[in-house]
Amino acid sequence: MSTTAVKGGSRTGAGRPPGGSPVRAGRPHAAWALPGVLFFAFFAIAPMALAFYLSFTKWNGLGDPQPVGLANWQKLLSDDRLTQSLTVTVLLTVVSWAFQTVVSLLLGVWAAGRQKNRAILSAIFFVPFLLSSTAISLLFYALLDPNFGIIRGDTLGSTNGAFLAIVFVGGWQFIPFHTLIYQGGARQIPEVLYQAAAIDGAGRLRQFFSITLPQLRNTAATSSVLMVVGSLTYFETVLILTQGGPGTDTAILPYLMYEAGFKSYDFGYASAIASFLVVVATALSLLMVKLSGFGAMRSTREGM
Amino acid sequence: MESTTSNGGRTFSRRWVLGAGATTVLTAGLSACGSSGGTGSGGGGTITAFVYGDDAVKVQVKAVSRFNASAAAKKAKGKVKIEKVPGAEYPAKLRTAMGSPNAPDVFFNWGGGSIKAYKDADQLVDLTDTITSDPVLKDGFLPAVLAAGGLSGHNYGIPMRGMQPVILFYNKTLFAEHKLTPPTTWAQLLDINAKLKKAKITPFALGGADIWPELMWLEYLVDRIGGPKVFDRIKNGDASGWGDPAVLKAAETVKQLIDDGAFGKGYSSVAYTNGGAPAVFAKGKAAMHLMGSWEYSTQLGKFPDFAKKDLGWCAFPSFDGGAGDIRNVVGNPTNYWSINARTSNKDAALAFLRDCASEQYAKDLIANGDIPATANAEKLLDASPNPEFAKFQYEMVQQAPAFTLSWDQAVDPNVSTPMLTEINKLFVGKSSPSQFVSALKGLK
Repeated sequence: MSTTAVKGGSRTGAGRPPGGSPVRAGRPHAAWALPGVLFFAFFAIAPMALAFYLSFTKWNGLGDPQPVGLANWQKLLSDDRLTQSLTVTVLLTVVSWAFQTVVSLLLGVWAAGRQKNRAILSAIFFVPFLLSSTAISLLFYALLDPNFGIIRGDTLGSTNGAFLAIVFVGGWQFIPFHTLIYQGGARQIPEVLYQAAAIDGAGRLRQFFSITLPQLRNTAATSSVLMVVGSLTYFETVLILTQGGPGTDTAILPYLMYEAGFKSYDFGYASAIASFLVVVATALSLLMVKLSGFGAMRSTREGM
Repeated sequence: MESTTSNGGRTFSRRWVLGAGATTVLTAGLSACGSSGGTGSGGGGTITAFVYGDDAVKVQVKAVSRFNASAAAKKAKGKVKIEKVPGAEYPAKLRTAMGSPNAPDVFFNWGGGSIKAYKDADQLVDLTDTITSDPVLKDGFLPAVLAAGGLSGHNYGIPMRGMQPVILFYNKTLFAEHKLTPPTTWAQLLDINAKLKKAKITPFALGGADIWPELMWLEYLVDRIGGPKVFDRIKNGDASGWGDPAVLKAAETVKQLIDDGAFGKGYSSVAYTNGGAPAVFAKGKAAMHLMGSWEYSTQLGKFPDFAKKDLGWCAFPSFDGGAGDIRNVVGNPTNYWSINARTSNKDAALAFLRDCASEQYAKDLIANGDIPATANAEKLLDASPNPEFAKFQYEMVQQAPAFTLSWDQAVDPNVSTPMLTEINKLFVGKSSPSQFVSALKGLK
């Protein structure tokens, strides 16, 4: 390590971009944030507050909401479908995370190489991410048709099949994005680390586990937070592929919310589910940030 | 948010951010209140009509342009502007619009449970007196169809589309090849199933992914086993009606059909709406298809040769020992126009609705392959693209002792959604017939 210290230290001092001004005067006035804050307030905070208010009312979309106190929240706690939905959501999140992380980590590290064929292939890999999730879901729905599709089984009609189809289709769409994150992360790893390891006689596998993986720690945290929060809001895929079926086996929380709101017109209960989802997603991402040490923003090159 | 701002040299205080947020919420709330006040400016003016925007909408578009040029429109000092709402999300969009200041004056609906919430919110014009005092409306439509669109004896809708009874379609060519005749009893149906399976043909196509095609099976079975009274009771809000033995028997019969392979494998991954089930039927992979009368026009559009040469139709067979008449029909009697109670020009809306009883309107529907629910339709049916099918359908509905509205349209949406879920669970084997019945009894 000591051989690299001089070079690394001279390049990046305190983790700030080298072109920045010497004094801490780079921050603009608070007023510049106003458009962003207003936008966020209108389109995120206001609807959230309204949904929270609606969760204490009974409203079918017509007339005025009737206050019902905690009835919706009590129903939420005793609803079997919510328990099932929560289980499915957690399962989907965990399985999606595992699937997407493994694949995009490997692809990303591979794509970080500077060879021309890798550059071309990773550009092609990126295409699915550019498509709309609705289009992707419709495409896979056609491919999975038991009579005329490519995979002629009762895929979407069986619990495991439907679940795995959602995991796969979600992965197919989002792996390119996370590959890109890992590619960027892997390219940030200083070449000297590998050179030093090579001198010490470490093989390719050893280098991957002892240098690449630890160096990608923060990248993995970023990507994981995005994945987990993303899987909590999967919706189109479920709506188009399974409609929560077979039975209610793939009805994740967002779908349950949609069903309560726009099929049963029970907007009060739907808002309670929505508020619950907000709380869970916020708590989960805060927890992940805390646990991964991501919030501390320590440089990965500390001590170099 | 917090983490990104607190890193820099200057932080935005929490209070500042909250304050800015609260101000915007307040502003948004105030402006919303301001705009919800003014609806309808009384007397005269253009009215809006919401309609389900599928292929058949061209009939309504024609009717609107005819009406706008007519003397009736001038008299009512109003014109109609039609708004085609595309796709399956129509009910949700209508609900949102009806709760907003931009509600339509006239809107397409399925009658029964689909308009109950609007009636309860006093958003519908009661048409009962208008109909009884107006011979054009009173004698213009088949009474059973007119009544099916109402709620507890009151009329809220005028029939405006073709009748949609559920019919058992079969492949004539396949039936002839295997020397089969369409079933009239349940025993015959089971016999046909056995023969078809021996020939490696799936007896019935079923678009289980949509769930409502599965519902049709239960609707007919409950009717044939227990008669139309069973569902009538449920429709009127008595959830214990699900405990009728006929419902359990129907669910058990469905279970037997599934275990027997009557729908083949993978039916719950097949949808009707994306053309999957019609294709299975048209390509001869399945020999029969229980479906609404629109199956004919669907097949005519997608597989014209099949529709013209092979497509046969018959009534749903009777159930041995069952109480239901084989002539009973389930399905959607038709679609209806209803009038928003807050309309700005009720005269124009009523005048527009009267046009649905006109001969020209019926002719347009027939030319489109639909069978109007009007009294004058019978003599016009020869002009239909397929007079034989048109007459079968018309007589089927005309002679039906009972026309049961599709369950999902007859009950309130907050019952129909879990009901469809339970039906799906029964069909995918996630619940047994007795679990199915007890789950339905719990719906209220």
